[in-house]
Amino acid sequence: MSLSVRVIPCLDVDGGRVVKGINFSELRDAGDPVELAKVYDAEGADELTFLDISASHEGRATTMEIVSRTAEQVFIPLTVGGGVSSVEDVDRLLRAGADKVAMNTAALRRPELVAEVADRFGNQVLVLSVDARRAAGTDSGFEVTTHGGRQSAGRDAVAWAVEAAALGAGEILLNAMDADGTQDGFDLELIRLVRAAVSIPVIASGGAGRVEHFAPAVDAGADAVLAATVFHFGTLRIGEVKDALRSAGHPIR
Amino acid sequence: MAPNVVVLDYGSGNLRSAVRALERAGAEVTLTSDKQAALDADGLVVPGVGAYAACMTGLRAVKGPEIIGRRLAGGRPVLGICVGMQVLFELGVEHGVSTEGCNEWPGTVELLQAPVVPHMGWNTVEVPEGTVLFDGVTGERFYFVHSYGVRDWTLVTNDRTRAPLVTWAEHGGDRFVAAVENGPLSATQFHPEKSGDAGARLLRNWVTSLVRP
Repeated sequence: MSLSVRVIPCLDVDGGRVVKGINFSELRDAGDPVELAKVYDAEGADELTFLDISASHEGRATTMEIVSRTAEQVFIPLTVGGGVSSVEDVDRLLRAGADKVAMNTAALRRPELVAEVADRFGNQVLVLSVDARRAAGTDSGFEVTTHGGRQSAGRDAVAWAVEAAALGAGEILLNAMDADGTQDGFDLELIRLVRAAVSIPVIASGGAGRVEHFAPAVDAGADAVLAATVFHFGTLRIGEVKDALRSAGHPIR
Repeated sequence: MAPNVVVLDYGSGNLRSAVRALERAGAEVTLTSDKQAALDADGLVVPGVGAYAACMTGLRAVKGPEIIGRRLAGGRPVLGICVGMQVLFELGVEHGVSTEGCNEWPGTVELLQAPVVPHMGWNTVEVPEGTVLFDGVTGERFYFVHSYGVRDWTLVTNDRTRAPLVTWAEHGGDRFVAAVENGPLSATQFHPEKSGDAGARLLRNWVTSLVRP
């Protein structure tokens, strides 16, 4: 036996509320992240990721309460990302009950931040989120983007993953911006390139639309698969995804 | 009456989940670095995340090794979790730097030799006969997140001593200690407080075993 493939639902949280999704019959309040987290946990989610998309300071403060309430009621690992820009931010989130913290723009702006967080809290705490898209003129064929894929960060995506891993990132959350929202499947080429370049775990994200999309991402080298939309709108249930992975010969919990 | 458990607070990180999970397992839980409270509790939990050296520094600052030693001398239960397990061994080696641990058990904590490190996720464990912690959950997966581990432990046993019960796990061809039960001293490399229902059962097994003085 070996490590199982992790299936991770991601919740977009704005001002302490889940951005509108399907109203699962078992939910009393579809907008409550804690309620939704419990449903995902009961369905067999291996971890949870909250992405805080709040624009305001008040919105972020509310997220802290959500993290605390979740940590007190759901006993699987919780990653929180969105606007994390300092060692203090990481400390606050961990104390609130997050197990891992995802970082994106702030790490690009100041790569030493990765090392500072890893030195203080350990590598396992830091998930480096890489929003990658195809771009001509880059060594790997992929560049890093910011602002939800709208802006180029002027860096090669694979080289950035390698640098961040060397600085102390514990995991790469690899978001394929070209595949994101298409529901046509994960970007397997991107996964293969990053898998070959780093020895830390890789979480594949972006493009999941059908149950049969997940196993190829794992075959391409992903240690975990993350999706938001398909779970959020009930297109796929976590159990179905796990069944499909199991049928394809991958160990699941 | 519910047994009282102290979770030793000696640094940052997510301790909220550990406290809540132990409460759910039936304990009355206090999060503190107070030495007397840690000595008096029915059970002491030593958590730990991050670097070995940093954890030992934090642990020494609250007299952790002394608290653990005194409790064990009185046969009083201690449970180490993750780096809280690793510091119970003799030595930790990270980035070529050796740090002395609490030395309750022989062995060195060193970098895992696997293609993908950290070892992160849900893994199965090989549980020995006679375990209390894994009662009812021998076939379950537990949540691990670590880059270092105890990869070698030769157990010496004779007519007068009972060898510790050691549970092992495997990742990428490397084998390492996943849990230990040794009289009043127990430990897990994985996070029971993050291991869903299986972890909850394991914590309940430990809390239930705490005998009030």
